[in-house]
Amino acid sequence: MIGASIRRTEDRRLLTGRGKYAADFRLPGMLHAAVLRSPHAHARLGTIYPEAARGLGGVVAVITARDLAGVGRIPVRLGPRPSLIACLQLPLATDKVRYVGEPVAVVIAESRYLAEDALELIRADYEPLAPVVDCRRAVEPGAPVLHEAISGNIVDRLSTHTGDAMRALAAAPVRVRERFAVQRHTGVPLETRGLVAAYDGGTRVLTIWGVAKVPHFNRRVLADLLGHPEHLIRFVELEVGGGFGVRGEFYPEDFVIPWAAMRLGRPIQWVEDRREHLMATNHSRQQFHEIEIGVSRDGAILALADRFLADLGAYIRTHGVIVPELTAALLPGPYRIPNYSCEVLCVLTNKTPTGTYRGPGRYECTFVRERLVDLVAKALGVDPVEVRRRNFIEPDEMPYEVGGASLGQRTVYDCGDYRSAFETALAAVDYKAVRAEQAAGRRDGRYLGVGVGCVVEKAGLGPWEYARVEVDGSGHVVLYSGAAAVGQGLETTLAQICAQELGVPPEAITVIHGDSALVPFGVGAFASRGASVAGPAALEASRKIKAKILRVAASLLEAHSEDLVLEDGAVSVRGVPDRAVTFRELARAAVPGPPGMDPGLVATHFFEAPKMTYPYGTHAAVVEVDAETGQVWLRKYVIAYDVGKAINPMIVDGQLVGALAQGIGGALLEELVYDEQGQLLTTTFMDYLLPTAMEMPEATVVKILEETPTPLNPLGVKGAGEGGSSGVGAAIANAVADALAPFEASVTALPLSPDRVLALIRAGRER
Amino acid sequence: MKERTIRLTVNGRPYERTVEVRKTLADFLREDLDLTGTHLGCEHGVCGACTVVVNGEAVRSCLLFAVQLEGANILTVEGLADGDNLHPIQEAFWEHHGLQCGFCTPGFLLTLYCFLKETPRPSEAEIREAISGNLCRCTGYHNIVIAARAAAEKLASAGPTP
Repeated sequence: MIGASIRRTEDRRLLTGRGKYAADFRLPGMLHAAVLRSPHAHARLGTIYPEAARGLGGVVAVITARDLAGVGRIPVRLGPRPSLIACLQLPLATDKVRYVGEPVAVVIAESRYLAEDALELIRADYEPLAPVVDCRRAVEPGAPVLHEAISGNIVDRLSTHTGDAMRALAAAPVRVRERFAVQRHTGVPLETRGLVAAYDGGTRVLTIWGVAKVPHFNRRVLADLLGHPEHLIRFVELEVGGGFGVRGEFYPEDFVIPWAAMRLGRPIQWVEDRREHLMATNHSRQQFHEIEIGVSRDGAILALADRFLADLGAYIRTHGVIVPELTAALLPGPYRIPNYSCEVLCVLTNKTPTGTYRGPGRYECTFVRERLVDLVAKALGVDPVEVRRRNFIEPDEMPYEVGGASLGQRTVYDCGDYRSAFETALAAVDYKAVRAEQAAGRRDGRYLGVGVGCVVEKAGLGPWEYARVEVDGSGHVVLYSGAAAVGQGLETTLAQICAQELGVPPEAITVIHGDSALVPFGVGAFASRGASVAGPAALEASRKIKAKILRVAASLLEAHSEDLVLEDGAVSVRGVPDRAVTFRELARAAVPGPPGMDPGLVATHFFEAPKMTYPYGTHAAVVEVDAETGQVWLRKYVIAYDVGKAINPMIVDGQLVGALAQGIGGALLEELVYDEQGQLLTTTFMDYLLPTAMEMPEATVVKILEETPTPLNPLGVKGAGEGGSSGVGAAIANAVADALAPFEASVTALPLSPDRVLALIRAGRER
Repeated sequence: MKERTIRLTVNGRPYERTVEVRKTLADFLREDLDLTGTHLGCEHGVCGACTVVVNGEAVRSCLLFAVQLEGANILTVEGLADGDNLHPIQEAFWEHHGLQCGFCTPGFLLTLYCFLKETPRPSEAEIREAISGNLCRCTGYHNIVIAARAAAEKLASAGPTP
């Protein structure tokens, strides 16, 4: 079963419209919420006048910060640091608003239509302040300050040093220096955020439906903020319409809606609309780098020194500063770099706060590093692939200590054969043939380009995951996982692992996740940890229950457990198929079961993962640029990616291609654009452009590699969720730069939208 | 608030309901008829998640008011399968991993339902163009295109469908 491309057990309900997402969930007497959001990027917030709205028929309540007096700030989930506390967000704006879209008040009404009517009746006094929208301006003296509690807008500084980068740079025979920028863009799942909260005043149980990603952690946050016992709060995940890092973090609405449900004693539903989503849900990715590399004359990297600004928006949210931290930790990538330094300024601006987006930090650092490597090749007058071949870390150097750290762990690559994945990608893209076609095309005025982007991802983040396997009284196998589903096929993947051990078909196994009443412990779904951390937990729990099954069967069949065969939901004596007991009989006999055994066919395992895995691979893009219009056409795209072991190759392939599409969005289309006043200009899908089927490459080749299973878990699985994105900005930018080489175009920023490409051609011609 | 009574057929079943004139078709289907398989991804007509079939044509139910549908015959995702037997397009999506989170899926299924009736033997380019008004954030469309082609073949070999 492990390694089989079986179709997903989730799909039937989703295909027939029977999947229940947050907006589909209904309770009798349910009210509806709508959020009033700041129209200003930076302003003092004076009196709010809710009376007119409260007077509208059907309006039940209008909630402002005054009602929430004493409620704390939303804490950091990953990488809390004392320096960040002063800039955490309160559930509703108090005294000041700091970005367009910041929640100011919440209306609760009998219908969403009425709630939105009421929003228009709320007046608030704002005293506009000068906004600071560009983080390069925000660090200058005299720039407007967002948070008076910290001096200036730099909320934190990070630094990484290995060797002596400055000295090695000074001594390097060839040096290349460049500035790079990655634009603000984000995950944008097709389902917006939403939740339903209901409070039972009798039992004091507060239930939240529509949670995602990290239900157990968020339940604790809510318990702390409400001062309500954790065991009286139940979190229930429904279907989740895509996560990508942004969904499922604890947002202001995740406090206000449950709080209101408790106060009003009626269930409340809130569903974000798309305009809100684009201004309220985490943004990501915006960074400005100044980087220098020193190499020997034959292209060996001697030193790398980077300094960058990370634009974190108006508040610190649940991801703290891990996106810049991961950028700095993974910037060296697959290359041996003896001297490395990185200085990071984490900067606040009057824009939507930020968090992770699929491949956080890696999309950014891979773009920067891989563009720089291409510039090294140009400086040396060699093909870009040769510089890479010169510098790969070799398999016999593993585990490889990079220097630096993230998420409290030193960056130590577990295993890998970077060169092999690279050569696989080059062969699949037919590199030599593309170069020949490029030369022929240029004679005809066609601008073809080929570019590569080598990726080292990180995945399998612990610290642990929980699994419990039960055989119920009817003989059915149930797997309870502490991980969460965000549409990635978790149920199928975990069922395959469990099925392999227990000899039952995966579709016969029920996988339960995301319900805190049924699954007491859990970490969740992020950092490509489903197969790589929840998977081993499921495997070990399955092995434990298998041992119990055999033990009970041995007692019932009066046989040695070594003589037993476990197959098709029954256990029989080897060679005597008639001497058999079913799972149903075993489950009933297991309570209390043989002397000395823990009663019941149930087994629990916490899989601890103190070290992350580092999947890796190479992206290769072939593009054609229309020099008249600036349009970039993707002719071919190759991803060769080593996941250690693929539980379900079809699902892994789907993850990689889906991530590729998001990467293409970041490379060519997507940008959250602000004007000088801090107004977000991209608040619809007509302005914020997601890739459609038309923007995908004409040919896509995915090579799933299993050359280096990780030694860090018993499945050898590294993780597959993010690597399909991380190299796309790099590979496409390198391919566009290659295509535009005749124009001497300098490709240093994303996205490569037609207007920008035309500007690059023009600027190149002028040089 | 102004209301009006409408009569229409959804998934073969007749309904008569009194609705606010400002209520969208999507909200009417989801709230008044409890057909929540029709999803709302943008509410401004771009993403295609709310696509339903009205009198044989794929339309965006977020851009219509329910009261415009007097007398209409509507198919939603809940009406696509024949009991437990999935429609060939649904089968093909399942077989070829044409969905991940499933949120956009009903819109794709119904868009293709109409498209494949008009274009029973489509080229890949025609399929891509046909689904270019539907956004999917999970799959990268690759497997949706493959599923559409497989469904077309299956439907063509099965002969004309009602």
